[in-house]
Amino acid sequence: MSVSVAQTALLDKEPQFRHAIPTRDGRTARNRARYTFTVLAFLLPSAIPLLLFVLGPMVAAAWVSLHKWNLLAPMQWVGLGNYAKLLTDPITGDVFVHTIYYIAGYLPLVYFGGLALALALNTALKGRSILRGIYFLPVVTSWIVVALVWRWLLSPTSGIVNTVLAAVGIHGPGWWTDPHWAMPAIIVASSWKDLGFVMVILLAGLQAIPTELYDASKVDGAGWWRRLFSVTLPLLSPSTFFVIVISLINGFQVFDQVYAMTGGGPNGASEVVVQQIYDLTFRYGRAGEASALSWMLFAVVLAVTVIQVRGQRRWVTYG
Amino acid sequence: MAEALLTARTPARRTVGRAPRSREAKLRLAGVIVLHLVIIVGAIAMFFPFLWTIITSITPGASLTTTPALIPKNPSLGAYQRLFVERPFGQVILNSFLLAVITTAVQLVTSSTAAYAFSRLPFRGQNVVFGVYLATMMIPLQVLIVPLFVELKAFGLLDTYLGALLPTFATAFGIFLLRQAINQVPRELDEAATIDGAGHFRIFTGIILPNIRPAIATLVVFAFMGSWNSFLWPLVVLRSPELQTLPIALAGLQGQYTSQWDVIMAGSVVSVLPMLALYVFAQKYVIQGVASSGIK
Repeated sequence: MSVSVAQTALLDKEPQFRHAIPTRDGRTARNRARYTFTVLAFLLPSAIPLLLFVLGPMVAAAWVSLHKWNLLAPMQWVGLGNYAKLLTDPITGDVFVHTIYYIAGYLPLVYFGGLALALALNTALKGRSILRGIYFLPVVTSWIVVALVWRWLLSPTSGIVNTVLAAVGIHGPGWWTDPHWAMPAIIVASSWKDLGFVMVILLAGLQAIPTELYDASKVDGAGWWRRLFSVTLPLLSPSTFFVIVISLINGFQVFDQVYAMTGGGPNGASEVVVQQIYDLTFRYGRAGEASALSWMLFAVVLAVTVIQVRGQRRWVTYG
Repeated sequence: MAEALLTARTPARRTVGRAPRSREAKLRLAGVIVLHLVIIVGAIAMFFPFLWTIITSITPGASLTTTPALIPKNPSLGAYQRLFVERPFGQVILNSFLLAVITTAVQLVTSSTAAYAFSRLPFRGQNVVFGVYLATMMIPLQVLIVPLFVELKAFGLLDTYLGALLPTFATAFGIFLLRQAINQVPRELDEAATIDGAGHFRIFTGIILPNIRPAIATLVVFAFMGSWNSFLWPLVVLRSPELQTLPIALAGLQGQYTSQWDVIMAGSVVSVLPMLALYVFAQKYVIQGVASSGIK
């Protein structure tokens, strides 16, 4: 194995799947039909459940969004009325701003924290299996328990965090009781909980990097940082792309932690989009508006994801 | 710090024969110690809430208003006993386990086949289809619940495990995860197999699947966890008490044992332990899988 292999692997950025298209001269229609059959055989097992149980209900929700409906009485057609109502309601803007604030704080914390953790726990540390297990614990713990613990840790008067801050002469904030600090408290708790998730995905990506590439770059005299930027990060980019896309999609749908930690308060300062959707449906019986808000959220998430997918060719390296 | 990580990355066995006295070796040793220290302090911070949960669960009559004592005065397993005697937690755990195993098995098939199609079988409109798959993740479950309920009612599947299971059979999350992994497998491997006369099914089972074992183990953990922790949909679709799953039983505890935090926390410990065991098991498998499959 030589350096040239390492270099080729890195330079080959364009996915080369064209070779598999059976359109060369001499291929018959029968071959083509067989290829179509193969594609369907691989796709249908997932396409059928997704179509029936996700896309179907999504379309139904779009239909509901054009109606006034309290879940019990017959639906009443209002056209785009629900959308117009939401667009003029200042709460809609607020919940979107809060959600984006959450993502802006959460994503960098959880990504860089998870990356550092994955790199550290991919080394020959003693007891790394146990350590990985411990860092994964918060991921499997329910938000109900995590929220209880964090509310207690961040308690303005008796919490450990403010006690430690006071010991070094800083007057700690009111955290979840203070409108300015409620969202940072949720961001910190969420990042803490999801670090293990990012770690697990990136660890699986790190495990898949051929060790020969490291050996080759060591022969070249590359140091740790050089190897990180020239081998590890480029080859980890498919996993990184996955983590960022998924974290953004999930970030826009943040709900459980807000519901459990602040309930959207104080004074609506941490109210997020999905919470508004939940309240509209199950508390106020305004299912039409809830569906309309869901589709507005969908449009935003879709736009953000499309931008990411379009941009991936610039930095994501596939084998 | 760079030096520390550099050292740690080198497998320990390679440094065994080296002279231990050089300045470089000392620096490396210091780096390894610092790295261990940071990781262990972090682990304690991660472990603390769980430790707190365990301590509360063995403290009879525990309340949340006071700072919990690190060593409970009269530790007792009474809360656990009540879970399994007063409440049907044995049955509930079995139910959740059954659903999670089926969901995981089916998702492995649907995710890996679709991932292969998106990575290795180009067809017209592939990107659009993949986009539609991804789009299924972008609408909150809270708004899909009502149409889904109406649909399964029409199918006559309310209050059945099939009704609880069907919407979990395929997830864009799993497909996307495995697609990224398959994209990392060198295409030269497929080409070599094609020259040997292998068709797509052979390449899929013989080349691709063995080479994405770390991602498959990851999917097993997340698919199982998704089912194990899922709350809203089972709550809506399953009515009979004997079909109840763990998260719903846990929520029931909060209603019934309002101030008895030892029982609630015992339920939480019981729900976390199987997931932790699965993760530790899967991790071992990931490492062994990579070591023995001889990926180049």
